[in-house]
Amino acid sequence: MKTSNLLKGAALGALFAAGALAPAMAQDSVYFANNAYRTGPFSGSGIPIGDGMRDYITMINERDGGVNGVKVIYEECETGYDTKKSIECYEQAKSKNTIVYSPWSTGATLAAIPRAHVDKIPILSMAYGLSSSADGTNFPWVFIPPFTYWDGASVMVKHMAAELGGMDKLKGKKLGLIHLDAPFGKEPIPVLENLAKKYGFELKLYPVAAADMQNQGSLWLSIRRDRPDFLYNQGWGAMNPTAVKEAAKNNFPMNKFVGVWWAGGDDDARAGGDQAKGYKSLSWTLAGTEAPAMKDILKFVVDKGKSTTPKEKVGEALYNRGVYNAMLVVEGIRNAQKLTGKKVINAEDMRRGLESLNLTEARLKEIGLGGFVTPTTISCTDHSGHSKMFVSEWDGTKWTKKGDWVEPLKDEVRPLIESNAKDYIEKAGNWPKRTEPCEKSS
Amino acid sequence: MSDIATRPAPSLLASPLVKFGLIVAAIVVALAIGVRLDTSNTLYAIFVDPFQQMVQAPDLLVQTVWEGLVSGVLYALIALGFVLIFKASGVFNFAQGIMVVFAALTLVGLYEKGVPAFLAVIITLGVMFALAVTIERVVLRPLVNQPDIILFMATFGITYFLIGFGEALFGGNPKQMIAEQLYLPKGAVDLQILGGLVSLQKIDIAAALIASLMIAALAAFFQYTRIGRALRAVADSHKAALSVGISLNQIWVIVWFTAGIVALITGIMWGARSDVSFALEIVALKALPVLILGGFTSIPGAIVGGLIIGIGEKLGEFYWGPLVGGGIESWLAYFIALGFLLFRPQGLFGDKIIERI
Repeated sequence: MKTSNLLKGAALGALFAAGALAPAMAQDSVYFANNAYRTGPFSGSGIPIGDGMRDYITMINERDGGVNGVKVIYEECETGYDTKKSIECYEQAKSKNTIVYSPWSTGATLAAIPRAHVDKIPILSMAYGLSSSADGTNFPWVFIPPFTYWDGASVMVKHMAAELGGMDKLKGKKLGLIHLDAPFGKEPIPVLENLAKKYGFELKLYPVAAADMQNQGSLWLSIRRDRPDFLYNQGWGAMNPTAVKEAAKNNFPMNKFVGVWWAGGDDDARAGGDQAKGYKSLSWTLAGTEAPAMKDILKFVVDKGKSTTPKEKVGEALYNRGVYNAMLVVEGIRNAQKLTGKKVINAEDMRRGLESLNLTEARLKEIGLGGFVTPTTISCTDHSGHSKMFVSEWDGTKWTKKGDWVEPLKDEVRPLIESNAKDYIEKAGNWPKRTEPCEKSS
Repeated sequence: MSDIATRPAPSLLASPLVKFGLIVAAIVVALAIGVRLDTSNTLYAIFVDPFQQMVQAPDLLVQTVWEGLVSGVLYALIALGFVLIFKASGVFNFAQGIMVVFAALTLVGLYEKGVPAFLAVIITLGVMFALAVTIERVVLRPLVNQPDIILFMATFGITYFLIGFGEALFGGNPKQMIAEQLYLPKGAVDLQILGGLVSLQKIDIAAALIASLMIAALAAFFQYTRIGRALRAVADSHKAALSVGISLNQIWVIVWFTAGIVALITGIMWGARSDVSFALEIVALKALPVLILGGFTSIPGAIVGGLIIGIGEKLGEFYWGPLVGGGIESWLAYFIALGFLLFRPQGLFGDKIIERI
């Protein structure tokens, strides 16, 4: 009995040792930890983005043998969109020397920001997270390309004005913000309040508690009572399909209902059936598999059975956002290699790589995404880029681009970012002063 | 002697003076919050304006009450699942929520595999029965005679097992409920009444009807059948029931299977109103305030409690929610339950708590 237990233990030990040794033995690789939530109430949004990230990195490893010959070891840490678990994931990522931390939730980003500035690990929170972290002077370790929630909110206001026939027509109108009652959902409120004051429209808030994501009946009654002219949906996970269904049920005009980019998943809109036609969402990545890089994902990953995603889901809106996020990581590594002359970079090199990332239309074309995603430039002071986005529309089966690329109201957003960043570091007290030098190119 | 034995345990809340004090304190707190919100006419906003709104726009009031009624009936149905198990085994079944998700996922999953809709319902019922038998064999039977808290913790285990098992089988993606295939109605009935429009979703009407029928059937089943009597005997005393030849194991399978049926119906109805995902588990926990309010052992309590919570939270959110920025629904349910507890610690219809000394 005892011997058999001992044997079992030894076998198990050997198994673990083998697992631990495998990545260590691989030559020339960098480790990248990505938070994922393939389980829990937010899995509907978490699965496609996770698949997109994984597949792009697998494609780079398969097609090019990694970034300049350096394999990217991609590992997911399951958070279930739970901030507490994300901190465990952060510690794990740190102990494994991740080159960049990818929180995939605004709550997780907020929890990681103070830690990362001490541990010197760059955080890449792509189009989510703390909007004021776009201020690179105060947040040298956080990156939030291609834009922040505040940029998104300002584009929503611009869109509303365009529909009404000019910024001056905003006066006296009503904009409703239906949002998840969590750090993510509350992010756009300050900028919307500012813009409401400036342009004279009224802002109405409709918070949805996480426990009531699928129970929005009374909230939509309030919307029916208040009759907002436009609705902006800062929702995520199971909240979105329910909101779209409720909008249809309450006869809210779909063309006046616009979701933030995270409320623009295919499953979100599909839930509303035929009545969801015309539902809109902000975006910066075109859906579909037309881009050469997407074709390579199909060729090198999906068709070879190396993906966990069903083929028909490749190219859906959220999947392509995952691809974009992974592309930022890969291009960050490439840039860091160029700057440092090293092949295997570390977290501090990665920070430099991200800080001087310049994804021009030409560069995007080279990597097979030209015309499909927004170009963006990150600099020492501007960690976001405040890039262009567009309004996309659900046609009943897929998301299509409507209208032109729109620039955010940078003049409105940027001062707010800088003043809020100052508030943040004052409140934090003892915030480490930036000592990292800026790159010459940025 | 007998006097002393049956006297209720002395409770702090029993004293009318304390109750009065608490009410006054609550009003003062409410006023203090109110004053902070709006100095000019807070009292008006709390005590007058909502009622004025109700009178001015009765259509919205009817609509709100209707929404509350539908949620209330569904809460009642979920709460019933809890009550049955609590009565039979003295356990608060934490796994009820995930059983809703599991049943709905099984149904939709089977349909996606090409099984016709109604056959899928029957197979799902079979799966829920198998689950009930398995739980009885693997979890409950070895724990007979253990303290209730052990059984309660075991239901946590069942929850985590079902989450993992469900995810492994069906994945974490949200799925569409096959409402159309089950001939559940679509669209709405618009009523022009009281100078406004009241729109009743057909799926909500169906949900309210089916849930009410289900509740009535269950109540009748456990009131008038032999098994129902056996269940009530088990609820009174496991040992006494065993001594007159009632099979505890059989009763447990029956109540867990019944809870499984309730879970499936809830899953179909709630799934059709939003979608089928693991987030539905949270909705089932809405039954908790209902149970606190109605009493853990009472079927009428579950029904009345469900309606009070459902209607109360919708009215509260709609008329008073804007005063504090909205989103109060999730805690308001507990607040209402707490209010009732102050006066009836055992719940509306719960068994009177008698401590013998």
